[in-house]
Amino acid sequence: MHKYFISSPHRHDGSSVRHLMLSVCFALIPGLLTYIWFFGWGIVIQCLLAVGFALAAEYLALRLRKRPVTFFLKDGSAVLTGLLFALSISPFSPWYISFFGILVAILFAKHIYGGLGQNLFNPAMVGYVFVLLCFPADMTNWPLTITQPPAISTYFTYIFTTPENLIDGISGATALDQMKTQLGSMGMVSEIKLEPAFGQYGGAGWEWIACAYLFGGLALTILGLIRWHIPVAVLLAIFLFSLFFHLYDSDIYPSPLFHIFSGGTILCAFFIATDPVSASTSAKGKILYGGLIGVLCFSIRTWGSYPDGIAFAILVANACVPLIDHYTRPRVLGEFK
Amino acid sequence: MSRELHTFPGGLQMPTYKALSDQEMSILQPIPERLFLPLQQHIGIASEPTVKIGDKVLKGQIIARANGYVSVPMHASTSGKIVDIGDYPVPHPSELKAPCIVIEADGEDRLFDIKPTHEYHSVDPKLLQELIKECGIIGLGGAGFPAHVKLNEGVENSVDTLIINGVECEPYITCDDRLIQEKANYIVAGTRMIRHAVQAKHCVIAVEDDMPAAYAELEKLIDDDIELLKIPTRYPAGGEKQLIQVLTGMEVPSGGLPIHVGVVIHNVATAAAVYRAVTRGEPVISRYVTVTGMVDKPRNLQVLLGTRVKDCIEACNFDVDENCQMILGGPMMGMHVSNPHVPVIKTTNCILVQENTPRPPEMPCIRCGYCADVCPVKLLPQQLYWHAKTDNMEASQQYHIFDCIECGCCSYVCPSNIPLVQYYRYSKSKIAAEERRRDGADHAHVRFLKRNSRLGKKLENKKQEQQVLGNTDSTENKQDYIAAALERTRLKREESKTQSRKPSTNDKDA
Repeated sequence: MHKYFISSPHRHDGSSVRHLMLSVCFALIPGLLTYIWFFGWGIVIQCLLAVGFALAAEYLALRLRKRPVTFFLKDGSAVLTGLLFALSISPFSPWYISFFGILVAILFAKHIYGGLGQNLFNPAMVGYVFVLLCFPADMTNWPLTITQPPAISTYFTYIFTTPENLIDGISGATALDQMKTQLGSMGMVSEIKLEPAFGQYGGAGWEWIACAYLFGGLALTILGLIRWHIPVAVLLAIFLFSLFFHLYDSDIYPSPLFHIFSGGTILCAFFIATDPVSASTSAKGKILYGGLIGVLCFSIRTWGSYPDGIAFAILVANACVPLIDHYTRPRVLGEFK
Repeated sequence: MSRELHTFPGGLQMPTYKALSDQEMSILQPIPERLFLPLQQHIGIASEPTVKIGDKVLKGQIIARANGYVSVPMHASTSGKIVDIGDYPVPHPSELKAPCIVIEADGEDRLFDIKPTHEYHSVDPKLLQELIKECGIIGLGGAGFPAHVKLNEGVENSVDTLIINGVECEPYITCDDRLIQEKANYIVAGTRMIRHAVQAKHCVIAVEDDMPAAYAELEKLIDDDIELLKIPTRYPAGGEKQLIQVLTGMEVPSGGLPIHVGVVIHNVATAAAVYRAVTRGEPVISRYVTVTGMVDKPRNLQVLLGTRVKDCIEACNFDVDENCQMILGGPMMGMHVSNPHVPVIKTTNCILVQENTPRPPEMPCIRCGYCADVCPVKLLPQQLYWHAKTDNMEASQQYHIFDCIECGCCSYVCPSNIPLVQYYRYSKSKIAAEERRRDGADHAHVRFLKRNSRLGKKLENKKQEQQVLGNTDSTENKQDYIAAALERTRLKREESKTQSRKPSTNDKDA
């Protein structure tokens, strides 16, 4: 590599991976603030933990792989992985959830494949699935919004100690979880939605956080940092599928808006599925990839054994990316078949 | 008649920096003491010198002749003496020296006896082509492809549209803009001549919409026979295939030429050169060069070919030092040169002097796909990069590496700062080298097969001869034959024994 611009072009627009990654992190801020508003400071502790572990794991991996440490630590990708992981788990999760999740995400999903740009699977989602499978009990305990947000001390108790008794009335299953279990025991959608965990469309409080994510995601799209194809395809696929089944039988299939505004749908559509490394690259490919995530996500939620299928949907779609890319190569100018 | 404009995919809007140099009239660069004229200024085969060291030459006299069809002659830029024919620095990315003819100017600038006006309307297109070749005209936009070849393609095929390209899409460069403003009549007349040469049905002159002064100048001169169009400013709208797409909506086939969609395309400077050649018999010996960037007085110069780049920069009140770098051409596709003594040649449209800013370090590709978004050919640059890195030449070709026009848009937007174009050049040259090697191997293989068949035939002939012998002669004769052969070998052996003894005795004596 030459130190100067020897080979044309002799100019650059000044963009960088760091700028890209940190912009995505900044776009998460509205969502994070809304999160704090509804559920208190627990999420901040989780973010700090996850980002801290992520940077430490990245440092370790870079040292072991004999790569320039500060150069790659500065790229912001580990920070983003940490943030996305923290936003995927419950703010009540004990510290070791972050620890193991991030360890798997950074060391196994990212660096074993060759580090930045080489990973086949989304690191944050691999980490999330790992802890979901290893610590299922810790993953179902989510804050509720019936009272005011839990105090920061409560979070500290939950995160850093193992409380003998769970404090009543502040934590429970998510809206998606309740929907799943109660539909399983012959409940009706309209009845289930009367539970306190439910809001207007999605989970109480969560639907507003989803709106804030949507705002950040739209900002990224308008700034041209992400393309519209993947978010639109994910949301449209979920919307259309849930609409079809909802119209077929609205007693056992919740409405499209419920699917979109609960769980991690919006976060996934704009921030996780759009991770460029593990996503498809061509316009057509992105639409197929996003559509696949949407369909898988809806299917896992409806017929699978997990209330929110985002992580699994993303990993399966990641695995399909080479195939999608192979079959969606755009027609080169002047290429006639 | 106004034409419906189309668009090309990708491309970039970027700062143009044209105002630096497009305001002032161009000035004549004085004749330097020595002119260095490389024999290879065009795509194709290098010209062959027709002069010797010590010869006196006049301005416009042929000093090197075309060497084959895809080649053009070269002319003396001024009158003087040939002082050397040898290797000197030339504008080439390798920075190697190449054969040049060096003229020591006598300062008199005496003109060679050149043929005067042709009435081009009555001239046979074939003759016009010959004249254009004789005057050393090549694509003056930057590629440097001999102009007569393109014209010939036009004569042999039916040409629907002739496009005269005044779309100077690269930032900084304004030499075509100034040329149009100052010599619009040359361009319009030259355009009509080229049109006559290729017998085109339609004829378009295209400029960018940020060149209003040039547009106005042309507008004054054209009639209904030529369409004058403004096209939106977007890099690389001036690329041959991109401009054809914008003006006609047609795509030049992958690996094909503009003529395959019935288009012949020439640069405005080429049109002006054709006018000069046809009406005055003047060859290409000077050109407009934009000198811009961090020089004190950015402007356009009319430079004699062979003038050193250093002289041009000094004419704009600037001295090159270590803190700046020189680029011949624009910032997107230009060539970096470190030696200020290289000469201006026919394709040198711009000398850009810019600060020597360190290049940000290269990061791994994160597959963001921004490169694919801006690619005007709709390639997948990230895949091409990957295949270049892994030396997978077959895959590179499947992903159409040879359709890459090296516009540099992909590298410009790459957040990982990967010098993508450099990777593609590597792939292209590696594939070309591989093909040459394969051609060589194929050639050797064919020769081997031929030799084998020749030897086989010989063997067969011998066999047949022997068979003939065997058939006619009896067994007795055969016995004699064998005995004779044995006798011959015995004699030979003895002979060799005596011979081998001799040197050994000699050795002992020594």
